[in-house]
Amino acid sequence: MKVLVPVKRVIDFNIKPRVKADGTGVETAGVKMSMNPFDEIAVEEAVRLKEKGIATEVVAVSVGVQQAQDTLRTAMAMGADRAILVLTDVAVEPLGVAKILKALVARESPDLVLLGKQAIDDDMNATGQMLAGLLGWAQGTFASKIEIADGKAAVTREIDGGLETLTLTLPAIVTADLRLNEPRYASLPNIMKARKKPLETIAPADLGVDVTPRLTIVSVAEPPARQQGIKVESAADLVARLRNEAKVI
Amino acid sequence: MTVLVFLDHESGVIRQASRSAVTAARALGEVHALVTGDAAVADAAARIDGVAKVLRAAGAAAAHELAEPLAAVIADLAPAYSHIVAASGASGKNVLPRAAALLDVQPIPDVVSIVDADTFVRPIYAGSALATVKSSDAKKVLTVRASSFDPASAEGGAAPIEQVTVPEGPAVSEFVSIALSKSERPELESARVIVSGGRGMQNEENFKLLNPLADRLGAAIGASRAAVDAGFVPNDYQVGQTGKIVAPDLYVAVGISGAIQHLAGMKDSKVIVAINKDPEAPIFQVADYGLVGDLFEILPQVEAALDTAG
Repeated sequence: MKVLVPVKRVIDFNIKPRVKADGTGVETAGVKMSMNPFDEIAVEEAVRLKEKGIATEVVAVSVGVQQAQDTLRTAMAMGADRAILVLTDVAVEPLGVAKILKALVARESPDLVLLGKQAIDDDMNATGQMLAGLLGWAQGTFASKIEIADGKAAVTREIDGGLETLTLTLPAIVTADLRLNEPRYASLPNIMKARKKPLETIAPADLGVDVTPRLTIVSVAEPPARQQGIKVESAADLVARLRNEAKVI
Repeated sequence: MTVLVFLDHESGVIRQASRSAVTAARALGEVHALVTGDAAVADAAARIDGVAKVLRAAGAAAAHELAEPLAAVIADLAPAYSHIVAASGASGKNVLPRAAALLDVQPIPDVVSIVDADTFVRPIYAGSALATVKSSDAKKVLTVRASSFDPASAEGGAAPIEQVTVPEGPAVSEFVSIALSKSERPELESARVIVSGGRGMQNEENFKLLNPLADRLGAAIGASRAAVDAGFVPNDYQVGQTGKIVAPDLYVAVGISGAIQHLAGMKDSKVIVAINKDPEAPIFQVADYGLVGDLFEILPQVEAALDTAG
C-alpha cells in the first residue's frame, strides 16, 4: 500500500510571528522555517506504517517555493522514500492544494493520504477534508489513533466531547492530531541518505490545476494588546480584587 | 440573502456554540438551520430565536454527523443560499471544508468578525495576527468562533421543520463508537468561569486539586496541551490553538507557563488570573492578576478566601 504525505513549510513553531509594518502579511524574510508540526506527525505515522510492513512506499509532497525542498528532505530523512515538489511562488490556498493533490493522487494511486490536521501559519484546517471531498473518499480527521487491516482504516478522532471511532474504507484521507504519535528526530546518517533520495519538481500547470487564490488579503494586523496586569501579594488579596475590582465572582 | 447554518449537537443537545453561529449568520441574512438526529433536535432548533426554517436530515446516513453524507446534503441545498455557516467546533471543521470543496469554494474558517457579506476577519498564526480577507467566491462557506458571537436565545422561535433527503452515495465511512468525557461541570465553551491546569499540576492525582476551586466558582475545568499530552486529563479539556477557544468572564490558569499555543485559546477572556511559581512565565504577560508562588500552597488559600463572606 502506498501512502502520500503532503507537508508544508511554515514559520518554525518556536518563533513569534511579526506582522509586517505595511499590514500586508507576516514577516517571513530571514525567519527560521520548519515543517508544519502536524505534518511531521503525519510523516511519522506513515513511516511507522512502513516499518510495520503495512505501507510499501511513502511519498512526501509539498506545494510551495524552491526552499520547500528542505522540508521534503526532512520528510525523507524521517523515512519517506521519495518526494515531489509542486513548485509555485503563489501562496496556494487549501482549495488549490487539494486540487493539486487530487491530480497527484490520480498519478500516484495511493491507498492512503495522511496529512496534518492544520498548518500553524494560516490555521485553515481544511486541506484534508477538501481533498476527500474532491475525490469522494472517506475522511478521518483529527486522528489520535489509526489501525489498518483488511482494506479498512479504524480511526479514533479527537472531537469536542471526547473521542469517536470510525471505520473508513480505503482509499481514504486521514488528518493527524497532536496525540497520534511523537515524531522522531532524523539521525545524521538518515539526513545524509535523504540527500540521495529522488526529489521530482513539477509545476501546478503540469497538473492542469489553476491555483489562483479566491481570498484577497485586505489587511493583516496585530490583535489588540491586553492591558498590563498586576501581581498580587496573597490569595486573600486576589479574591478581594476579583470580587470588588473586577467584579467577576 | 438567506444563510444555511449547520447546527451540531451532542447526545441530542444542540451545542451552545451553534447558537453563536446563528447570531453570526443573522448579520448576513435570514437563517435556515440544518440539523441531523432525532425529531427532538429539530424541535430544539425550531425554538432558537432567529431561526426562520429548520431542515432536518434524518435517517441512518445522516446520523453521527458523518462528513461524507452531510457535506453532500449541504452541497445539494447550497444553490438556495448565499452563505453556509457553522460553529468552529470539531463537527463544523470536519464537514464544512468538504462541502466547500464540492462547491468549488475556498472556506473561511474561524471568523471572529463579519465586515460585510464578502469580507471577514479571522486569526492566523495562533492569533498572533488578525487577517481581514475578502472572498471572490459566489458563495461563502465559513466557520465562526463561538467566543466572538453571543449565542442566540434557545427559546423564542417557532420555525417550521422540513425533512431533507440525504443523497444516496457509497457508505465509505462507518460510525463505530463514541466515548464522551462525563462531567457535571459546565461545558468549556459556554462556561462563565474556567479553571485550567498545566504541567505544574505534576500528575493526574494532583490535577484533581483544581476540583474544589472549580466547585466554589461554578467553573468548567480546562487544561494546557502539556497537561493533556502528559495524560493528566483527556483531550477534550485542551484549551489552545488546536483545542478549544474560550473567552469566559474569568479564566484562572494554574501551573500553566503560557505557551503561545495556549494563549491563542484563552487570551480573549475578560479577566485572566495566573498562579505560577515562575515569575518570568509568559502567562503573566496576559494576566490581569498574577500570583507568584507554589500552587499547592496557594490553592487552599484561595479556597479559604472564597469561603470567607465577601
